[in-house]
This record gives sequence, C-alpha cells and structure tokens, in this order.
Amino acid sequence: MPTRRRALLIISALALLALASMALALMVGSINIPFHDVVAILFAAPDSMPAEVVLSLRLPRALSGFACGGLLALSGALLQVLLRNPLADPYVLGISGGAGVGALLAILFGFGLIGVNGSAFLGALGAMLLVFGLAHGDGSWTQTRLLLTGVIVAAGCGAAVALMLSIAPDDKLRGMLFWLMGDLSQANDPRLVLGVLVAALLVCLPFARELNLLARGADMAQSLGVPVAPLRRGVYVVASLATAAAVTQAGAIGFVGLIVPHLVRLAVGNDQRLLLAASALAGGSLLVIADTLARAIIAPQQLPVGVLTALIGVPVFLFLLTRDPQAGR
Amino acid sequence: MTGQIPLLEARRLTVGIGGKTFCRDLDLALQGGERLAILGRNGAGKSTLLSVLAGLRAPQSGEVLIDGASYAALGARRSALIRGWLPQVRGDAFASTVLETALVGRHPHLARWGWESANDAKIVRDALAAVDLADFEERDIQTLSGGERQRLAIATLLAQAPRLFLLDEPIAHLDLKHQIAMLDLFAGAARDCGAGVAMVLHEPALAWRFCDRALLIYGDGRCEIGSAAEMLTVERLSALYQYPLQALESNGRVSFIPR
Repeated sequence: MPTRRRALLIISALALLALASMALALMVGSINIPFHDVVAILFAAPDSMPAEVVLSLRLPRALSGFACGGLLALSGALLQVLLRNPLADPYVLGISGGAGVGALLAILFGFGLIGVNGSAFLGALGAMLLVFGLAHGDGSWTQTRLLLTGVIVAAGCGAAVALMLSIAPDDKLRGMLFWLMGDLSQANDPRLVLGVLVAALLVCLPFARELNLLARGADMAQSLGVPVAPLRRGVYVVASLATAAAVTQAGAIGFVGLIVPHLVRLAVGNDQRLLLAASALAGGSLLVIADTLARAIIAPQQLPVGVLTALIGVPVFLFLLTRDPQAGR
Repeated sequence: MTGQIPLLEARRLTVGIGGKTFCRDLDLALQGGERLAILGRNGAGKSTLLSVLAGLRAPQSGEVLIDGASYAALGARRSALIRGWLPQVRGDAFASTVLETALVGRHPHLARWGWESANDAKIVRDALAAVDLADFEERDIQTLSGGERQRLAIATLLAQAPRLFLLDEPIAHLDLKHQIAMLDLFAGAARDCGAGVAMVLHEPALAWRFCDRALLIYGDGRCEIGSAAEMLTVERLSALYQYPLQALESNGRVSFIPR
C-alpha cells in the first residue's frame, strides 16, 4: 500500500545521503580537510587556502556532479517508463551520441570550454529532434519504433565519434577520450544544471501517478484517464533536455541513468511518485561519491568518473538483484 | 426508453484496420442496465470495434458518444469515470504487487497530488474479494497464473467503478466456476447498479444466458444487432462461425455444440 508518509520518510533518508555525499566531497581530496573546518568554511568563508579549495574548487564540482547524476537518473527513470523497457537509459535514444559528435567536433576545431559545451548541447538537441521526427513520422508512436530509431541514430553518432577519434591529432585525443568517458573536472559552474534538475523534477512530479499508469501500457493508461499522447511527448522532451544538460556539463557518464532507477525500484518499489525524486537524489549522491573517489584514489591524478560509477554500481546492483525479492516489500 | 440519454451510443460507425472494414454504418445504443454480447470469428474485428467504442482508437467514420458526449469533449479523465475497458492482452514490464495493480483503478477518482486513501484501499480490497483474490494482496503479479491475472484485471476495473463496462473476452483463461462467477458479477452490476455492459464472448450459450442483446460481426463489413433470442439462433450462429452448430435445450437454457 503506497502512502505519502512512507514516501516522505524515504525521500528524507535519501536527502540525508545526499548531504553526506556532499560533505564527503568537500572533505576529501589531495588535501584532506576535517568536517568541522568544512562547516566553518561554509558558514564563515574565511580567506585561507583550504577555504579557497572548498569554495572555488570542490563545492562547484560537487554541486555539478550532484545535478548531473540527478538529471541522468531522472531521465533514465522517465525513459524506462516511456519505453516500458527496464533496459532503457538516457543514452538509448541517441542523445549522448549527438552530444558526443558535437563536443568532439568542437574539440577537434580547438574551441574553448564554452564552445565545446555549446556544441555538445546543439548535438544533443539535434539527435533528439531527429529521433523524435523520424519516430513520429506517420503519427503512430510505438515504443519499438522509437527505441529502434534511437538505437540507429546512436549507432550513427558512434561511427562519427570513432571517425573523429581516429583522425584526431594526438594532443587532442586525451581530452576527447575523457569527455567521452564522462569527466567533471571542467564542471565549475553548477547553476545551470541545478536549475534544470529542479525544473525537470517540478515538471514531472505532478504527473507521477499518470506515469505509473503509462508503465502498465498506453491503452490501459488511456482507458483509466491518462491523456497518453501529450504525456508521452512531454516525457520525451523532459528526459531529453535533462540528458542533454547533464551530458553537456559532464560528458557521457555511463551507468548512472540505467542502474540508479533500477536500484531505487528494487529497494522501494515502482511508484513514480516516489521513484522519480528518489532516483534524482540517489543518482546525484552516487555521482558525487564516485567523483570524490575519482579525485582521491590516485591523487593528485584524476580518474574519469564514469569508470568509478560503474565500479561502485555493479556490485551494489548485483547484490540487490540476488537478494530475496520479497524481502524489501 | 425514449428521451433517455444512452450510456453508449454509436452513430453510423465504420470501423476497420489495415484496409479491411469490419463493420459499416453501425448504429448502436446501450442503456444503463443492458448487457450486450459481441460475437464473431477470430479476426472479425470484435476487439477493434470495442477499442473504438472505448475511445482508444479512432473510427474510420461516424462517432461514439458516452453519456451523450464524445470522448474528445469529455477528456481522458472524465471519460474514465464513465467507461471502463478490460483489455484482452496485458503485458507487465515491471514487477508490482496485486494490491498496487488493483489500486491503479482508483486513478481517475484521485486529485492530481492525491494519494490513495483508506477508503480507496477498502474499495480495492472489496474488488479483490469479489474476484476471489482476497489473499493475494502482496503477491507479485509476475507470479500469477493466467486466470488469476485475468481476475486481477477485472478487480482493477471494478475498483475504477465505471458505469459502462466494455469487456474484451472477460472470461478468457478462467475456469468454469470463475467464468460463471465473473459473468454473474457483471450481470449483477447491470441489474443492481444500472451499469451498461458490452462484452466480447466466444461462447454463444453464455451470451444467451447473460446478455439481453447480441451484436454479430461477420468480418466482411456486415453486422447484425438484435435481442439475444433473435440473434442467437442455430442458423445465424452457423453462418457467423461458418461451421454447422446444433442447439441443445435443457432446464430452460440453450447450448450450442458443433455438429
């Protein structure tokens, strides 16, 4: 029996996890700063080297990571419902592929950070419109058609990315590879992605119960009072823009968008009223923790965060998958 | 019954799919309390017609009104308070419990930010009890048998509490006891609550026993509608199923068996 009380309890617990992950991200790194110093820095903003590290380096990066992780997990949860396919992730519809083509083109032509981000966003938007236009062609809108169109566009983008990697000069190759694996080291202004995350959640939450019905089939949902066609279009646009924003900010960080909604679903059930917000919080926390480890493990060297998200997520997911499925109910 | 707005009305309805026309210029009016059986061979267009009547698919021409208004004018949510639809095929992509699944039926009754109340839970538990699934609340739907899933779908529909029931093979996968129990349930809804019921059936004897009227779909665009006694004859049914049938009467009931 789903209740508002249970949902609020779980959301509160995940909010605490999010705060804990942020605290960890601010404390740990090439220099470790104790917890009470971090708190003092946050509230007093003294003029010192640790304060500089926390406020201008770690805090923006942690907030960006949180927003990107939240966006990817939210988008994955939405697309799994839209496509009624548990294997859907934010990249299945070709959005990261489009962003990758845009970003690599910009790196290849030697654009700066803003140019790369802008170009990635345009690429993501282009892929999104292309898939939507092609899948929508004759007015019918089956999940299979959308999925296949997305997969094919993603494959085309993959080929373009491979082509650019193979002709790129060596000095640009490393930047390209890091972008493709997902990297938060360039993410120093979190305001836009945080804004997109809040906006996407605010847009989705009023429709959460309708999404529950959509997950059970379009005709079923329509017969129970869900205006399916506009809802599907809305979900597609929100999920695409969320993915585009995250990918533009941090590159194609894998795994978060596929695994986090699954983890949350296994743990708390498949009620979108709870799942959407819980996925956003859990995805943000996972990415912040992963990025902290990516900075800390072989500091001052940094690993691409996408490697860490996979290394953390896989064992957790396998554990949840193999435990007694009735235990959590 | 003149002057009363029919619960379901089809005006000059033409329904087809993929270049094939199933029924042409069908006029149909169903009042509250009436039970209509829809019969025809496989692929004759029964389910397609039913989904057009449920507002899930557009007709080639003509219009469908429920309670005097079109689906477009009512919108999805208000339509769902009037008509319920039992699909023939269901696919579950995600795990869910029996109780959660049946609670979905309460959706049109809840406000946008609303959560299911104790009263909704009671309605759903009563619906589960009515279909003999009272002890199944916490079971995962993916562990249910075909017949249990069918009864769960019926419970979801009962929880929705519409006034017009459009049922696509409501007794598919059910054992004999539950076939009669489910048909009794809908006959009771028509008799006691004034619900209108239109159902696709494959068993003319059950149509004869549980319905006042019958719609025969021949699959080539011809449709006939009339009282059950008038429609469910050996001649008509033999022509409908393109197989010779024989009627057997006993205890005031009729069965049709293949020759």
